[in-house]
Amino acid sequence: MTERQPKLALGPVLYYWPQEKLLDFYERMISAPVDIIYLGETVCSKRRAFNADEWLELAERLSAAGKEVVLSTMALLEAESELLTLRRLCENDRFTVEANDMGAVRLLSERKAPFVLGTGINVYSDQTLRFLAGLGAKRWVMPVELSRQTLASIQAGRPEGVETEVFVYGRLPLAYSARCFTARHHNLPKDDCQYRCLDYPEGLTLSTREGQAFLALNGIQTQSAQTCNLLPELAELQELNVDVLRLSPQPEGMETVVEAFAACLRGERDPVEAARALNAALPYGACDGYWQGQPGLRQVVNLA
Amino acid sequence: MAVSTSSSTSKPLELVCPAGNLPSLKTAVDHGADSVYIGFRDDTNARHFPGLNFDAKTAAQGVQYAHARNRRVFVALNTFPQPAGWERWQRAVDQAAELGVDAVIAADISVLDYARRRHPNLPLHLSVQGSATNYESIRFYHEHFGIRRVVLPRVLSLPQVKHVVENSPVDLEVFGFGGLCIMVEGRCLLSSYVTGESPNMCGVCSPAKAVRWEETSQGLETRLGGLLLDRRAPGEPAGYPTLCKGRFEVADQTYYAIEEPTSLNTLELLPELQQIGIAAIKIEGRQRSPAYVTQVTKVWRAAIDACWRNPAAYAPKPEWQRELGKVSEGHQTTLGAYHRTWQ
Repeated sequence: MTERQPKLALGPVLYYWPQEKLLDFYERMISAPVDIIYLGETVCSKRRAFNADEWLELAERLSAAGKEVVLSTMALLEAESELLTLRRLCENDRFTVEANDMGAVRLLSERKAPFVLGTGINVYSDQTLRFLAGLGAKRWVMPVELSRQTLASIQAGRPEGVETEVFVYGRLPLAYSARCFTARHHNLPKDDCQYRCLDYPEGLTLSTREGQAFLALNGIQTQSAQTCNLLPELAELQELNVDVLRLSPQPEGMETVVEAFAACLRGERDPVEAARALNAALPYGACDGYWQGQPGLRQVVNLA
Repeated sequence: MAVSTSSSTSKPLELVCPAGNLPSLKTAVDHGADSVYIGFRDDTNARHFPGLNFDAKTAAQGVQYAHARNRRVFVALNTFPQPAGWERWQRAVDQAAELGVDAVIAADISVLDYARRRHPNLPLHLSVQGSATNYESIRFYHEHFGIRRVVLPRVLSLPQVKHVVENSPVDLEVFGFGGLCIMVEGRCLLSSYVTGESPNMCGVCSPAKAVRWEETSQGLETRLGGLLLDRRAPGEPAGYPTLCKGRFEVADQTYYAIEEPTSLNTLELLPELQQIGIAAIKIEGRQRSPAYVTQVTKVWRAAIDACWRNPAAYAPKPEWQRELGKVSEGHQTTLGAYHRTWQ
């Protein structure tokens, strides 16, 4: 039996890039072989490269260029102004919305709009997935800390018509806080952060006192310093009937990443060789530990 | 500004205290807890520590002890079951219902759904692990599972809490004292990134089995999963090595980049919490000793009563702060040792 070919998705940009950089990035992604593009600010509502209208405009443009566009929403919703933006996005009747908080799930299911469950929604079992599918979830992104073994069990009980997406490339989103760690680093209060995130297009690296880098501070979000790269697992991802592979945008070399995954899917490149080439460019190495049921930061599969 | 004594609330704040074993439950009840929350001896709760928690017998004794004194018992079943362990969570929900507990505190959709369908009369609270930081999320859990209360993550400012109270269909419980998670609970994977085990999956954060303490020429080193979390000079207090409380390097600065090892203490906010309509104050620390529970329960009982009698005149007494300071400081200096010898 031949598996269906998974689609490639570009996750939302998790960093604060200025407007020109974002526009340039998406302009280049139009010609890249990604099928799905997730758009929107998911980390910090103070970041204003685009407002909701401008995101929608960009969505139209990417859609006209043949991409499936999904609007991503914030993971940590605190202020009423953030709920206002959320409602605005959930009430758009044009594009599918990715919920990253149960508040968004509520608004979307009320409108009977099909939606995507992002990494911010805790789906740890097929029971939970079935419940949310009943409310209109048409796709779920597996929480990044789950293993392939758990994925296999969930896939076995996956409800009809629900697609599975796995975060296969990028720095892993690990935590959200009320505190802004980037502002804290600069001894600035969060309310007067001076948009320091703009200075760190892929976050601010955090290391132990022995110089071992392991986290990246991205405003209120904490990410892995290591880059998750599951390209060597491509065959298994296909065997597990994963429908969508998520690549998380990085400021440099994203075309190369997308092209590597696409070439492997077309059977033109060997995934291990392609992963080795990608990993050589990573500042703090790659990791696949979560997928293997181990500490997330480990690189378990030896690609040498 | 004078705070009116005729506040909008009709009763004092409910004091919800932690118990990791039967002696802690009893002392919490004896010293004025209105409710006590407990967990079973497995990964169905977020304090799945060796030797801690209740089996069927001690849980039944605890419920009996509390109910005989007109106090309530909640059971935390607040982790996220994966398919392989699902029966364990079902059994835990059934067991809580059979025990006649006053509420189950849950976070996972499948657990809430099961409890709601199987035991429609079992009151449900949304755990802090449910990450509900806004009223739309609270409404979701209320509409689908009939939750009666939500425990707020420790991330909101007081005005934000007030706004949630005003728009929430259910009562709110907030953390008043104890260990402080700076990340949104239910959404923090730092521990599994380094050790393979997280609160969501395993009910542990920075598990003791992944911790190493080592005396070196440069000071006392603490490691988690092999990573150096901190190195302390002689005399510097050494707390339990929670991942987010390490001293790290960021752009050539060495500091507590995520969180300092401090405890939460909202004693002075009591009049405002009462005024804005918070229903209950939660004390963190099921992993702590009965002595901690006694001390903290006593102080918070006295404070809540004083604040209820006369919020305008309320101010935290220095001796209360001193007593809480002692257990906070103990937290700093002895929790690591506590973990080895807590029994």
